[in-house]
Amino acid sequence: MTSKQKMPLIEFLRQMVLIRRFEEKAAEMYALGKIAGFCHLYIGEEAVAVGAIGAANPDDYIVTAYRDHGHALARGLEPKRVMAELFGKATGVSKGMGGSMHLFDAGKNFMGGYAIVGGHIPVATGIGFAMKYEKKDQVVLCFFGEGSVPSGNFHEALNLASLWRLPVVYICENNRFGMGTPVERSSAVYDIAHAARAHDMPFHHIDGMDVTDVYTQMQKIIEAVRKSKRPIFVEARTYRYMGHSMSDPAHGHYRTKAEIDEQKKRDPILTLQQQLLEKKEITKEEIAKMEREIQDIVQESVEFADKSPEPPLEALTEYVYAP
Amino acid sequence: MAHIAYREALGQAMSEEMRRDEKVFLMGEEVGFYQGAFKVSRGMLEEFGPMRVIDTPITEAGFTGVGIGAAMVGLRPIIEMMTFNFSILAMDQIINNAAKVRSMSGGQFTVPMVVRGPGGSAARLAAQHSQSLESLYCHIAGLKVIAPSVPKDAKGLLKSAIRDNNPVICFEAQALYGTMGEVPEGEYTIPIGVADVKREGKDVTLIAWSKMLLLCLRTAEELAKQGIDAEVVDPRTLRPLDMETILQSVRKTNRVVIVEEAWPYASVGAEIADRITHEALDILDAPVERVTGVDAPIPYAKNLEQAALPSPEKIIQAVKKVMYLE
Repeated sequence: MTSKQKMPLIEFLRQMVLIRRFEEKAAEMYALGKIAGFCHLYIGEEAVAVGAIGAANPDDYIVTAYRDHGHALARGLEPKRVMAELFGKATGVSKGMGGSMHLFDAGKNFMGGYAIVGGHIPVATGIGFAMKYEKKDQVVLCFFGEGSVPSGNFHEALNLASLWRLPVVYICENNRFGMGTPVERSSAVYDIAHAARAHDMPFHHIDGMDVTDVYTQMQKIIEAVRKSKRPIFVEARTYRYMGHSMSDPAHGHYRTKAEIDEQKKRDPILTLQQQLLEKKEITKEEIAKMEREIQDIVQESVEFADKSPEPPLEALTEYVYAP
Repeated sequence: MAHIAYREALGQAMSEEMRRDEKVFLMGEEVGFYQGAFKVSRGMLEEFGPMRVIDTPITEAGFTGVGIGAAMVGLRPIIEMMTFNFSILAMDQIINNAAKVRSMSGGQFTVPMVVRGPGGSAARLAAQHSQSLESLYCHIAGLKVIAPSVPKDAKGLLKSAIRDNNPVICFEAQALYGTMGEVPEGEYTIPIGVADVKREGKDVTLIAWSKMLLLCLRTAEELAKQGIDAEVVDPRTLRPLDMETILQSVRKTNRVVIVEEAWPYASVGAEIADRITHEALDILDAPVERVTGVDAPIPYAKNLEQAALPSPEKIIQAVKKVMYLE
């Protein structure tokens, strides 16, 4: 079988458009006050989660940071339950206890969004440790931004994973900015993937704006990790169109609108649509139909979230301790 | 009954649980080949092998996080801190992840993990190696905290902690590792959240845990010579707190002195004093007295270290104060 036959590009397009429209709707709902707190949108970065999670087995573990809506949707969490979580409703994936930054779904091995920069990297490493301990074949995909690469948690975890040979793929989504600080002002190593060298870990660069590249490379990487039981580091170069969170401006002191516009020329969704049209694997009508279907799903998600009840007051302390 | 050391009791607890449940493992600095910095894990590497008795690099945040991830998918890690001073490096993992994953996932994931090691002062270890940090962990919803004082409690409570489905912080003490005590033969556990009256008396209640419990027992003998009959209550678990046993004692004596090695500001003793005052004000014959470490980093100099810590003299003085004998 050729890699082309294996590549479900139409499905990837559908997932990326779903994430894009879902995030645009989340921004709208944030403006209306339906969503509050910190809400970090994934617009511009869709190809990374879709390609990487698409290349994993459904029971491989996903651990990510707080910009987690895209990963949740790519893993197949129900859009309406993700939206309900953003609304703080009892029907949300985390029962309204987590919110935007803490999406969890045990049934889908979606191990959570974590909101202390770099703090989840050791946790993901621990899941990898458990796979080794229990002689299981699953692999852990650990996503984080380049802003966590200078942190101690990152280096402690990568050292342990490499030292103990744990089946973890560390996927750095390098979107250029840790909030408003560009990578060249936060990391002595500009080529982020080279950080893996300190831990004797193989590394790869992938084009985070091209789902085909993400998927084809990640397929090989994940299978290499599964076979060799050694971790691999991946730097996916991507770009965030929106502000760091909904509370932050898209541009201003730290970058220009012109820079964002320039990056949008490489938009992962438009690029894939263009490729598929050129190869006649999709028609404009089919793209329009896909858009309509997705807009319906997103609209239904909002209606579901809106109608859902808030968590009962007992939930306040219900989950603090396990029986 | 077997007469064994505190460190041996802890080692037995871990080994018995590891024999009972293959999901239990021990991880920390020097726990394996070195046989444990304080020899608590002596012999365990030989019995269980390097996959279950795991030496780590000096990376508390890293290996504590590893424990949390492993626990989330069903393993039962015991994370050894060489001393609790070093656990400060792992507090982000313990507070932000271990204590919160269950709540923020709406109950989907639990962290059945023990973090254990010695806290408190030992012999002139100076400011960075002498801290009693119980209150920092007791402050955090989602954690349980135990602080056994004698070998029997150490073994029984640690076994319960390993079987508990929540993160449990277990404070031991370097000065306790060599202390001896009676331990029942065969299988037993001591439930988390149950205090123990270590000495019965009628005149005053002394409340203390870990190393300070032994100090209070010794001081009680001294008080007895002076005609004062002290009851000594050991909470054993600091979170959740067994207030019922404490209040039963207070109802009997009407006078309380809380003794702890930690600093006075926002301490566990302050919490206990607050609860006693709130729940039993009408039966107190005097305000609750607290004997604590002095509110300063613990110095190296012998005389200053001694002056920084609770002593029999300070306890006797506090007892006399609540009995209006001064």
